[in-house]
Amino acid sequence: MAVPKTLGIETEYGIVHRGVDSPNPISASSLLINAYLSRSSEPGCGPGAPRVGWDFVDESPSLDARGFTPLDAVAPEIETHMVNAVLTNGARYYVDHAHPELSTPECADPLSIVLQDRAAESILVESMEAANAVLPDGQELVVYKNNSDGKGNSYGCHENYLMDRATPFSRIVQHATTHFVTRQVFTGAGKVGCELPFRDRDHIPFQLTQRADFFEEEIGLETTLKRPIINTRDEPHADPLRYRRLHVIVGDANLCEVATFLKVGTTALVLAMVEDDLLDQRLAVVDPVRALQAVSWDLTLSHPLTLSDGRTATAVEIQWELLAEARRYLDDRGDAMVGGPVAHEVVRRWESVLAGLESDPDSLAGQVDWVTKHRVVEGVRRRHELDPADLKLAAVDLQYHDLRPDRSLFARLGAETLVDPEDVRMAATTPPVDTRAYFRGRCLSRWPDRIVTANWDSMVFEAGGETLRRVPMMEPSRGTEEHVGTLLDTCESVEELLERLST
Amino acid sequence: MSDQERAKQDRRQTDASSSDEVIDETSVAPDATERGERLKNEIDELLDEIDEVLETNAEEFVKSYIQKGGE
Repeated sequence: MAVPKTLGIETEYGIVHRGVDSPNPISASSLLINAYLSRSSEPGCGPGAPRVGWDFVDESPSLDARGFTPLDAVAPEIETHMVNAVLTNGARYYVDHAHPELSTPECADPLSIVLQDRAAESILVESMEAANAVLPDGQELVVYKNNSDGKGNSYGCHENYLMDRATPFSRIVQHATTHFVTRQVFTGAGKVGCELPFRDRDHIPFQLTQRADFFEEEIGLETTLKRPIINTRDEPHADPLRYRRLHVIVGDANLCEVATFLKVGTTALVLAMVEDDLLDQRLAVVDPVRALQAVSWDLTLSHPLTLSDGRTATAVEIQWELLAEARRYLDDRGDAMVGGPVAHEVVRRWESVLAGLESDPDSLAGQVDWVTKHRVVEGVRRRHELDPADLKLAAVDLQYHDLRPDRSLFARLGAETLVDPEDVRMAATTPPVDTRAYFRGRCLSRWPDRIVTANWDSMVFEAGGETLRRVPMMEPSRGTEEHVGTLLDTCESVEELLERLST
Repeated sequence: MSDQERAKQDRRQTDASSSDEVIDETSVAPDATERGERLKNEIDELLDEIDEVLETNAEEFVKSYIQKGGE
């Protein structure tokens, strides 16, 4: 049975350190994050970022959802020595490999995800400003919200969905794969060129997604090589007997709010239908890895995908089928497991975007990133009569994702927005009220000096004297404002909080 | 009322108004043509000034943009 879809997005950003001879992306990322943490803990800067570190006690990225760990699997390593902070909005902000990464706090619906994703961007922008204020003249850190350097190196934007542990994993694999292959028509962030090994860059002048070129397997544990469409990492960060967390690595980072909203909103609906076993068995794409690339490479959206019953259908046609199922799901079972009333807005937008893709894809500029970027790239190409392989077009691609407000091409285009900028500003320091992130964030702003470490499912408090107390938070939908708002408002001290929590 | 409480109340209000906005759009279809026209103008404007906005040496910029793999 479907469980409420607690949601999250973790984004690795591209980073460039200008003005130095041999830039080191790891130290650049650390500098970026430390500059933010220092600045926001200064007096007068508001409750920004207490220096509370991340707690790795429950991290086990090598556990496999299939119940075994393949011998040849290379499990992701956790790097514990680098900057790794928890913010008062409940987010985690850290250096991962050679990138700054921000994981949003847990959200209860896709509109909340859009708000937190935007807040994450604003935190990165503020970090750049803080870092550049302390760097010597002539040096600058620049952050890009993209997933590829155009030279075969990719970094991820991962999504997380809380699911029922009882759902057979094979059923998740089948239907999630179909959705991931076909949702690219509106989730793709667009890319100039091709990065498939042994192909020329201009083999594909422009494609729908940043990521499709990097996927080689249907299913697996890896994230950095032999990337699989379905990642099997089994770390629920919640009660493992009740829940799994589907860790989705196949998506692009989006700048269009509508695209982020649909990426997460449609996927939450599909997964709820998988949990309730409502989807047609025959809706399975044959050879999904090649299908993923074929859809990404086809700007005409007409590539026929072969389904397991021998039928063929385009990605858009399969999306229409999933949309029809989602409508039926909401009619029959209601919206309680998929974000409440916001789910109806997901379905409305889903329909409008599919209709746009069929009638006039260009009309979706400002809603769908690949369309928006393609219009700019094509515009530049035509005006300057450039060859499709001209590097100026690749520069346009990169700069679409530049997060500097005065340099971002995306920011100049006035794309459609779903959240208010003032709410975004607030969300950079205050947590969502309707998940356990509320408890984490509120405790961090009230008692930063008494919290030793924190992570997704627990916090460790200094309980007085030499005593440390771990407060478990194994249920993502508890610890909300409704549950603990009054408690947090009325507790005078950590001692009182711990006392009242234990009674 | 403490600042924190006030902030919380403001947040509830802004939350409510932002979700109202979404619902309003459901009942009143957005004027797609007008929005399309505005966006077309913005793209045209961006194309007019692309050489000022784009990194000065586009070729060098693209070549030097190298990231390590992540995830």
